[in-house]
Amino acid sequence: MARQTSPQRKLIVTLIAWIIGILMFWPILWTILTSFKTEQDAVLMPQLFSTGWTFENFGIVQERSDYLRFAMNSVILAFGSTLLGLVFAIPAAWSMAFSPSKRTKDTLLWMLSTKMMPPVGALLPIYLIFKDYHWIDQHIPVLVIMFMLNLPLVIWMLFTYFKEIPVDILEASRMDGAGVWQELTRVLAPMALPGIASTFLLNVILAWNEAFWTLKLTDVHAAPLTVFIASYSSPEGLFWAKLSAASTMAIAPILILGWFSQKQLVRGLTFGAVK
Amino acid sequence: MATRHSQGIARLAVAPAVIVLFLWMIVPLVMTIYFSFLRYNLLNPDMDGWAGFSNFYYFITDESFPGAVFNTLALVATVIVASVAGGLGLALLLDQPFWGRGIVRLLVISPFFIMPTVSALVWKNLLMNPIYGLFAFLQQLVGITPLDWFAKVPLLSVAIIASWQWLPFSALIILTALQSLDEEQKDASAMDGARALSYFRYIVLPHLARPITVVILIETIFLLNIFAEIYVTSVGGLAGNLTYLVYFQGLLNFDIGEASAGGLIAVVLANLVSIFLVRIIGRNLEI
Repeated sequence: MARQTSPQRKLIVTLIAWIIGILMFWPILWTILTSFKTEQDAVLMPQLFSTGWTFENFGIVQERSDYLRFAMNSVILAFGSTLLGLVFAIPAAWSMAFSPSKRTKDTLLWMLSTKMMPPVGALLPIYLIFKDYHWIDQHIPVLVIMFMLNLPLVIWMLFTYFKEIPVDILEASRMDGAGVWQELTRVLAPMALPGIASTFLLNVILAWNEAFWTLKLTDVHAAPLTVFIASYSSPEGLFWAKLSAASTMAIAPILILGWFSQKQLVRGLTFGAVK
Repeated sequence: MATRHSQGIARLAVAPAVIVLFLWMIVPLVMTIYFSFLRYNLLNPDMDGWAGFSNFYYFITDESFPGAVFNTLALVATVIVASVAGGLGLALLLDQPFWGRGIVRLLVISPFFIMPTVSALVWKNLLMNPIYGLFAFLQQLVGITPLDWFAKVPLLSVAIIASWQWLPFSALIILTALQSLDEEQKDASAMDGARALSYFRYIVLPHLARPITVVILIETIFLLNIFAEIYVTSVGGLAGNLTYLVYFQGLLNFDIGEASAGGLIAVVLANLVSIFLVRIIGRNLEI
């Protein structure tokens, strides 16, 4: 049964919620609006709307900084490292969820604790190894680092999903005469896929936005969008329209992906804390 | 029921992940420990040999060290308090019925998807610039002298940006937990003020203990090592944390020995914090 609320109360809540929602979203909205303004209009503050909307900022940014190459690198690093992570994490999470041993809990906590090791504890050796082997700014080595970085969280998330798959259903399907293959494709896969999908999405987002190792280990050739934006931090006079255009281009793909998949993301984000 | 055979397979399935994580954790750490006892500077190849504890000594007595430790802990604490308190408020609000809930929810969670380099630059320029920024404009509107955020309150500025980024995360998790509360229990709360308050105190808050613990854990992991926001806003000299100081010594001054010592100090600090946290999580975790 839905709760009964008076129309006035609902109206007030609607008003407050929308104001807060717009305030939270304001920096993003402001950035997107500014990206369509001319440079002169961009610094004229009270002006919500521009005197002349323009698309030229996007073209200039692409020409000046080669957006598409950075975007491609972001796709390669984020999706590649996440896929590699799933290859290692699915068997591990699966077996820990379905045949836990005495050490499973300790193993899981230990995995989480590796995530707590500050990256600066590993920065110098990794940086020097990368320098010696000429791996800096190379796709595969950077991808491997990002894979190891997110592996603990991938395992954790998958584990919390897999744990909720009822084991009894396997026995039932065996009783009904299902073979191993049928068991896998008809029974297990449909139940495991939503969890795998949302783990995948969440880690693509985390990897897309990773900005410690990518800033140190890449430069131009393999650099993702985080580095592309950082190159706009040096003060070269006011060029906010271009900064905004570059920012909009960097966040748009993942923002849209996040909006469409938010329902799936939420469960993965809670790491099993919410039933 | 697990047989001996299936136990073996299970261990085999976990092994690759464990090995990768073990190597990822142990190899760089051992190398960092080794470097931290060496006289090792990339700019000065003649310098070599053991340094004893002098790297640690120089790192700790560096004039920016106490500030860096303070900034590290202050950032974690402020952002967690702000995002958990704000997230709780937001979640309670979004849990109410109102028109356009789906859209407001999307607006509120959006900052979580924004990469740190973008949010740092957008906040620093478009919002917090003392001359052309939106905040400066609003301050002038009400007759206050615009604040030069990153020059006057650099740490607070970084904390505000990070809070904005992490608020959606805690709001979303707390909201999900709220929605898993029984609808009937919620009906009871719609009665009168006093009962609503005690309902919140005795039913809602205990129910939220677990999700809030998870929020604190995850945010601590990320916030202890916050870097991009400090790096791209160029406030490392004013509000740098330990991560920034190690980066500064190692990759800008090329003093690998001293930076490694600093890295180890950061590891010890993070461990002190995480031992505490893992204990709590471990207690709340049913496997």
